[in-house]
Amino acid sequence: MLLEVRDLHVEFRTRDGVANAVNGVTYSVDEGETLAVLGESGSGKSVTAQAVMGILDTPPGKITAGEILFRGQDLLKFKEEERRKVRGAQMAMIFQDALSSLNPVLSVGAQLGEMFTVHRGMSRKDAKAKAVELMDRVRIPGAASRVGDYPHQFSGGMRQRIMIAMALALEPALIIADEPTTALDVTVQAQVMDLLAELQRELDMGLILITHDLGVVADVADRIAVMYAGRIVESAQVHDIYKAPAHPYTKGLLESIPRLDQKGKELYAIKGLPPNLLHIPPGCAFNPRCPMAQDVCRTDVPPLYEVTGAGPDRRSACHFWRECLDG
Amino acid sequence: MPEPPVPPEQPTPPQRPLRSMPPGPHLSGGGRAPEDGAIAATGMGGAMDLATEEGASLGKPPGPDAGGPQDRPRSLWSDAWRDLRRNPVFIVSALVILFLVVISLWPSAIASGNPLKCDLAKSQEGSQPGHPFGFNGQGCDVYTRTVYGARVSVTVGVCATLGVSILGSVLGGLAGFFGGVWDAILSRITDVFFAIPVVLGGLVLLSVVTSSTVWPVIGFMVLLGWPQISRIARGSVITTRQHDYVQAARALGASNSRMLLRHITPNAIAPVIVVATIALGTYISLEATLSFLGVGLKPPTVSWGIDISSASQYIRTAPHALLWPAGALAVTVLAFIMLGDAVRDALDPKLR
Repeated sequence: MLLEVRDLHVEFRTRDGVANAVNGVTYSVDEGETLAVLGESGSGKSVTAQAVMGILDTPPGKITAGEILFRGQDLLKFKEEERRKVRGAQMAMIFQDALSSLNPVLSVGAQLGEMFTVHRGMSRKDAKAKAVELMDRVRIPGAASRVGDYPHQFSGGMRQRIMIAMALALEPALIIADEPTTALDVTVQAQVMDLLAELQRELDMGLILITHDLGVVADVADRIAVMYAGRIVESAQVHDIYKAPAHPYTKGLLESIPRLDQKGKELYAIKGLPPNLLHIPPGCAFNPRCPMAQDVCRTDVPPLYEVTGAGPDRRSACHFWRECLDG
Repeated sequence: MPEPPVPPEQPTPPQRPLRSMPPGPHLSGGGRAPEDGAIAATGMGGAMDLATEEGASLGKPPGPDAGGPQDRPRSLWSDAWRDLRRNPVFIVSALVILFLVVISLWPSAIASGNPLKCDLAKSQEGSQPGHPFGFNGQGCDVYTRTVYGARVSVTVGVCATLGVSILGSVLGGLAGFFGGVWDAILSRITDVFFAIPVVLGGLVLLSVVTSSTVWPVIGFMVLLGWPQISRIARGSVITTRQHDYVQAARALGASNSRMLLRHITPNAIAPVIVVATIALGTYISLEATLSFLGVGLKPPTVSWGIDISSASQYIRTAPHALLWPAGALAVTVLAFIMLGDAVRDALDPKLR
């Protein structure tokens, strides 16, 4: 297994109290596999990714429990300097907004080349040649003539492709893409996702795709992990989950996708709001919004049940996953 | 997870749709209308520029040519430099400052006399051939002394500003970047220094110094001036540190020193430059103030502050001896403050 996150807990100490952003997340990604982490804003998907990368702001953030095993080694036991050598070379991250993720005062060539000068100790000239090669690889037209251009001179899609090039520069084993297409328009989104999926296959990387776009997920992911209030509530192979969700929250998400045959009818929405992380409700965090909630949901936190009979390696954190599967 | 991953289905073969993308370098969403160097040079108004700009970008073939020779890469600094070159305030103040620097390096180029050669017989005499500014109370040539006084003022201003900027931005920048306990300690120390009144501090600290060189004065200015720059550098670094590109650099394995030097410093230094330029003018006037009070520079050093001080007692009988050095001082300070203003306008993208 390439990456295994086990029972990760992250909290943020704020003025109003302790916010439990991540409460026992467990997921894993293998080489060549794409895991989509799905969830609303504030469900802890980005915080988990930051913890994996080791770029969590501490303080206020703090990892209170859990393990992050990368090729069997617990990254949380690494020293900061060892951790830094893993970042970029073995795991890299692609951010949501490429314009703000590229340094405005450095040319893209300098930023791409930096990967090679820092991690590989290349000369500036070799690094520049590598930068051109990378830009070609992510299909920037006229890469050689544009290597000295600044980020603001590129379109949104090209900037995101440059970001991808930076992340892929050292051919890491794991890429975490944090909503890589959210800031782009729909046509460019598809191009960027295609490129990312293609390069992933080519390099046989593990990809963690953080998103709230169910359409993107269906196209590229192998597995899905749905997060709610800092926990994984359901994880399964992508096709199984679309066929029959085993958690009422996933069900609600899938039902809120607008469909063509739905024209004229009201679009479904999960009622209520995501819980305040400072005061997560007792029992199942989803219970106040759940149409299937019973008394037990308000008192007992559901463990991550093994779901049987509806696809391999499937889990759901719902006391009533059987009822949910049956519709 | 024992199951091998199912290869994702490809609804469409991976074609290369990127060909059809707009070239886009002129449509960047940075919130700032990109201007071509070539078009901006027409000097037309904003609307006109936009129209021609559009025409030019439409006329350009997509692809490799998009970054042609006319469209040189521009950074904040080259943008700022282009703004500055077209700003009359900058040109005037830069010329005044250039002149001051030249005469402080080679005062004999425009003043042939010796500033220390005085003839009491000519005390308080007015303008006469060869001595356009007349003589002061000691019978020294006011013109020569005013010219030679520039050297001290420029030296004090430049050295104090350099010292303050380096000390302040290093301390403030490190505190802002690392935060925590040292940041809190530094912030309290700056508060303490802010509480010291400059003139009172000068009277106390410099009155015990016997050296007649400019260094104690510069040292005093650095001592009291660094908290100002330190605060600005700290704030600027804290703002810059939160930008996504710093996080991104970190996520791609940049070390602290690399993030600080390559990603934060170039983006955070603009406010420091602006404040330092304006402060340079105030340091020059502070030197004059301290010299006037008798605790700054001491004769035989030639300084505008000393001359203003010694001429003040003859103000009713020989006002010219006061007005020339005071005027030179005022023009110098004004030039630096104007320069600072122009630099601020050029470096603050929000004002564009």
